This record gives sequence, structure tokens and C-alpha cells, in this order.
Amino acid sequence: MGEVQEKKVGIISCSGEDCVEGTISRVATRQALGKLRPNETVTICLPLFLAGGREEREFARDYPTITVDGCDKMCAKVATERYSGKPASSIVVTDVLKNLHCPKLSSRRKLNNETLAVAEKVAEKIAEEVDEVLRHWV
Amino acid sequence: MKMDTTNQKKVIIIPCSGIGKAFGSISRDATFEVTENLRKDNTQTLCLALLVSGDEDSKRLVRDNKCITVDGCPLQCAEKNVKLAGGNLTGSLRVVDTYKENRHLKPRSITFLDPDGQQMALKLAEKIAEKVDGLLEDQ
Repeated sequence: MGEVQEKKVGIISCSGEDCVEGTISRVATRQALGKLRPNETVTICLPLFLAGGREEREFARDYPTITVDGCDKMCAKVATERYSGKPASSIVVTDVLKNLHCPKLSSRRKLNNETLAVAEKVAEKIAEEVDEVLRHWV
Repeated sequence: MKMDTTNQKKVIIIPCSGIGKAFGSISRDATFEVTENLRKDNTQTLCLALLVSGDEDSKRLVRDNKCITVDGCPLQCAEKNVKLAGGNLTGSLRVVDTYKENRHLKPRSITFLDPDGQQMALKLAEKIAEKVDGLLEDQ
């Protein structure tokens, strides 16, 4: 993750392997990082964070974070709260899906166009939350 | 896809799914290739984050079944976390080792694997499948 000195928001995705919503959380996080807010965000590798990664936990303690979870078990949010502190915002893919017109989701491995569109919506939501966090940064 | 917690013994494949590098995506894709294609009747995966968050069903699954971890980098977070959860770890593979054996492949893309990444994932999946076969023969 390296040394971080500027204003940065950490995005922590669950990347759940057991359902397509986990893949959506991952793809959306990558899109927010790489395309939508590349200069304002970093990601934190959740497995490393969970395994005790010191840099990851310190970053999440010292900088604002946004968790992106596939389902309502909210593993990324729970882990962030347990090891570093309350995230500034948390997004759950299944909640985002409730506001969409029942898209036909694909397999967790290869995303179809409808599922990709959901990931893009989630990515936009992440970007909005990043802007909100930065707006209130003191 | 819901977690299968029935009594049928399966080999549980657990990738790190690290999000910062292509190797994490390769660990994930190779796992799906095994659990959805190569050995779909004898294997399954589970959410690593759910396991580590203390979910009882997940803990039971990794304790009652043989597990293979698939890690993207030498930090081996999947292996560490499965050990911490008391899992029955019977095999541990690293993407970096497959990379060393196939240096002509240069996977770069993280979000969606590029052709080199896909090829490396297939090679790794074959190694996982071989490991699964060995474990099933021992049973």
C-alpha cells in the first residue's frame, strides 16, 4: 500500500467468493479506483487486513474508509469496525439491487451486461460517497 | 450460489482474491474454474471474509472438509486466515509459483483478466484439480 500523505479515501471491498454480489463489489471498487476517482482513493486488500496487515489497519484507522459489501452479512464493514474503526460510509450491493428493476444477474465469474451495469451503478455510488467524504474533510 | 453445508464431503478451495494485483484475480478465477468446471462435483469455495468474521457455518465447513488455499502473493493471507479459523488445511498453492513456471505470461489487468491472466488461471486451475484428485484418492 505504501506511504500515504495526501487526502485519500480507502475503499474496502468484501470480494465475496460465494455469490455474484461479491464479484460486483470487487469490480465496482476497481472501477472507482481506476476510472472514477483514481487520485482520491486507494484500496485495502481485505484478506491482508484480516490476516493482521499492520499498514492496512493503520491506514483504515487514520484515514476515512468506505466499505463495499456484496450482502447483508457485511464482512468488510464488520472487519473494518473490529480492527480499525467505523467506516465513513458503507455500501451493500444487495441494497443497491433493491432499487433496480430485478436485473438478471450472471454467474460470479463472467459478468453479463446487466450485471456489469449494476457494478457501474455501485461504482458511481462509491464515487459519490468519496466526494462526500472529501467535502467534509477537515 | 449458496454455501453447501450438507454432509457430503468436498474439498474446499479458498482463494485470497486480493484486489490490488492481477495475481489476486488469478487466484479467484482459477478457483472458479475448478469449482464450476474441472471438479465441480467434488469441490466448492466459500467467502474468505465471512470465514474470518467468525461465521459458524463457514468454520464448520473448513474444519470438517479438506481445504486448499490459493494465494496471489507470498504473504499467503488465505492460508493464514484458514489456519486461524482452525481449518483442515491440506494444500496450499501460490500464483507466484505458477508465474515462475510460465514467465512468458505477463498478466497485468486486475478487474478483468487479460489473455495472459486467463491462461495463467487455467494453468493454476489444473494444478489445483490435480491436488484435489490426490486428496480424493486418499479418502
